[in-house]
Amino acid sequence: MENFELLMGGLESALTPMNLLYAAIGVLLGTFVGVLPGIGPAMAIALLLPVTYRLEPTSAFIMFAGLYYGGMYGGSTTSILLNTPGESASVMTALEGNRMARAGRGAQALATAAVGSFVAGTIGTILVAFFSPALADVAVELGAPSYFALMVLALVMTTTVLGTSALRGFAALFLGLAIGLVGLDLNTGQPRLTFGVTQLVDRLDIVVVAVGIFALGEALWVAAHLRRRPAHVVPVGRPWMGRDDWGRSWKPWLRGTAFGFPFGALPAGGAEIPTFLSYLTERKLSKRGDFGRGAIEGVAGPEAANNASAAGMFVPMLALGLPVTATAAVMLSALQGYGITPGPQLMTDHADLVWTLLASLLIGNTLLLVLNLPLAPLWARLLRIPRPQLYAGILFFACLGAYATNLDPFDIGLLVAFGLLGLMMRRFGLPVLPLILGVILGPLMETKLREALTISGGDYTALLSEPLAVVIYILIALFILGRPFIARLRARAEQSAEVEDEKELVD
Amino acid sequence: MLVTCLLAAASACGVTRGAESRDLDMWIPNSPGGGYDQTGRAAVGVLDRDNMTGGDIQVTNILGAGGSVAMSRLMSEEGNGNLLMTIGLGVVGSTYSFGVDARPQDATPIAQLIEEQEGVLVPADSPFKTIDDLVKAWAEDPESIVVGGGSSPGGPDHLFPMQLAEAAGIDPKEVKYVPYDGGGPLTSALLGHKIEVGFSGLAEFEGQVEAGELRVLAVSGDERGTGVFADAPTLTESGIDLVFLNWRGVLAPPGISAERRQELIDLLTRMHDSKQWQQALKDNGWTDAFVTGDDFDDLLVEQDQRVASTLKELDLL
Repeated sequence: MENFELLMGGLESALTPMNLLYAAIGVLLGTFVGVLPGIGPAMAIALLLPVTYRLEPTSAFIMFAGLYYGGMYGGSTTSILLNTPGESASVMTALEGNRMARAGRGAQALATAAVGSFVAGTIGTILVAFFSPALADVAVELGAPSYFALMVLALVMTTTVLGTSALRGFAALFLGLAIGLVGLDLNTGQPRLTFGVTQLVDRLDIVVVAVGIFALGEALWVAAHLRRRPAHVVPVGRPWMGRDDWGRSWKPWLRGTAFGFPFGALPAGGAEIPTFLSYLTERKLSKRGDFGRGAIEGVAGPEAANNASAAGMFVPMLALGLPVTATAAVMLSALQGYGITPGPQLMTDHADLVWTLLASLLIGNTLLLVLNLPLAPLWARLLRIPRPQLYAGILFFACLGAYATNLDPFDIGLLVAFGLLGLMMRRFGLPVLPLILGVILGPLMETKLREALTISGGDYTALLSEPLAVVIYILIALFILGRPFIARLRARAEQSAEVEDEKELVD
Repeated sequence: MLVTCLLAAASACGVTRGAESRDLDMWIPNSPGGGYDQTGRAAVGVLDRDNMTGGDIQVTNILGAGGSVAMSRLMSEEGNGNLLMTIGLGVVGSTYSFGVDARPQDATPIAQLIEEQEGVLVPADSPFKTIDDLVKAWAEDPESIVVGGGSSPGGPDHLFPMQLAEAAGIDPKEVKYVPYDGGGPLTSALLGHKIEVGFSGLAEFEGQVEAGELRVLAVSGDERGTGVFADAPTLTESGIDLVFLNWRGVLAPPGISAERRQELIDLLTRMHDSKQWQQALKDNGWTDAFVTGDDFDDLLVEQDQRVASTLKELDLL
């Protein structure tokens, strides 16, 4: 257990009072940055760089680690309370989290997000510490065909959340895929569906779409009914998670971690697909049927997946010196500032620094929990603000977020357009979830498909050229073919259960 | 929290200043952590450290369309003497591929700061030992070689393989180019043997080359690199008549006064002459290529034409 000793050594050098102070500053700043829409952890670290050059590398990295995890966690707060996800990774959290908040269970939603982030972050960091080099070697073997297969799996799973009307569900899904087409075709450099507007040449920012459809659409919908419906007052909930909440949360935390970590470790994994798969899995597994009305599993799973993927990012960064996210790129450029060359030798040549960094990730994660858990009930009281003021606040926040990303008023117009689309969809009973999933999945799928086909020269059999891809397609086939069969089995099981219930009643 | 939001909003709006203000804005046309960001922030870091401007310098990342959003906004800031923007070959290319009618030479060119070599990279166990091996196999069957780079069409990593193909007598239209989202994904594609060759700025690959996982077949500049790259020949040494350099520099908006332009040139000259800047060049593996004023103007015109002709060759214009 050489690695274990090294990690303990790292903890020892990281656990000085000064470093703890830096970790606390990092966590606080990170949470704050995560709460503010439009500023991500990458930007925050870039802003901090000049300050930290005067610090020891160890202290600087402890601060960055706190900032990174803090930012990942902070994004969930606004998603849950205001329905305004600050980054694409917390879009899934908003779905059930905001429902919970409006049912008076905001404190529980925030708490399960905090504990789930802690659990996933800790497990993820420990996995990074022990398995990085081995995982990284496997990860680079996966190419576009495997990624594409994963996205097809996600798309097929999307069909389970189409809602009551399959037609409306598919309409929303294809609308989402169409929105995902807007922008420059990255392989040929041709603009698509941009109508000559420069700002549309980039792919649409998923945050603007999600906030427009969720938050703005909802606010407009509420405003349209303000006089006709009695005011719905958010009930005062309990401040802490109950026994039932813990019981419902721990499995999604672990499953979410299992989804998130491998994706984070992949060079093109990201946090969107795992949060998304975690949400769909929890929804499928849930027996209570309260998904869509505030199921705690729908917050616990995606939040854990989000943070586990955040931890997974360190696998390629530390084992290969590869920055796979903007945050990793900024952290690696910080290393260069200390005269350290990032690369495969990082773990051997600068072992002390790497282990201190891993230890500081654990510390940052713990501090995050300690600071945020007591705050959850306080945050949740924010929703007690009367409705007009609350929604005005949400609108302000949503516009600020859209504007802050690019400092371009055009994005506010875009936000309003998507808000109107969201309102229309609510009016005509189109489900919004398939649309969001289409917007997220479409471009990712396209990029990977095009990459695979460019490499193979247009040969479609190349899509089956990697073992993982084949395994996934078999799973998909089983899933589709097995569905009627499972449905029949379930119906039979329910029937026999009913019979037994009746028997019990008779007894 | 609300107060901070308001402050953030107010500061983001670019508060109007008097003409005598010593404050500066530095726009970065790309995301944090990228090449433009590193160059721009390094320059601002040196300016700030010795307080060379006598005021504050604020760095803003303006994302979008590979830098052409920032470029067209710079053009609309006519006469603003308190604004600078980092520019480079990629931004010039993106204005073409994104159809933005803003030529860099129409703004106020201040200075070119650095040049960066591109490299031709293969995984360590690649059958191509020299650039000749590669070019020969490539010319025989262009379809058999998949090349990758860290930029979208019009960016330096796309222009370089196209110009190399042309110099080697291969039709650029037959080149199979896969764009990757920066150096990280490109390296993993090379290590996983998804593509045969990678084209990219070399600074990001120092670690991989040192560890012997990637090999540099050739560098694109007119002189060899330093450190771990010293062994790789230049293209001209290998008998291929091509010099390709990525560069980055600083622009100001159009229509600023001649005095203000000179002040800004003087400011960057002082920055360039400082010890800190020389250190930053060394740390980042950049080649010092300081060119100011009219010379930079000429350089921009030439670069602009070269990008346009390559893209025209590919029917991308």
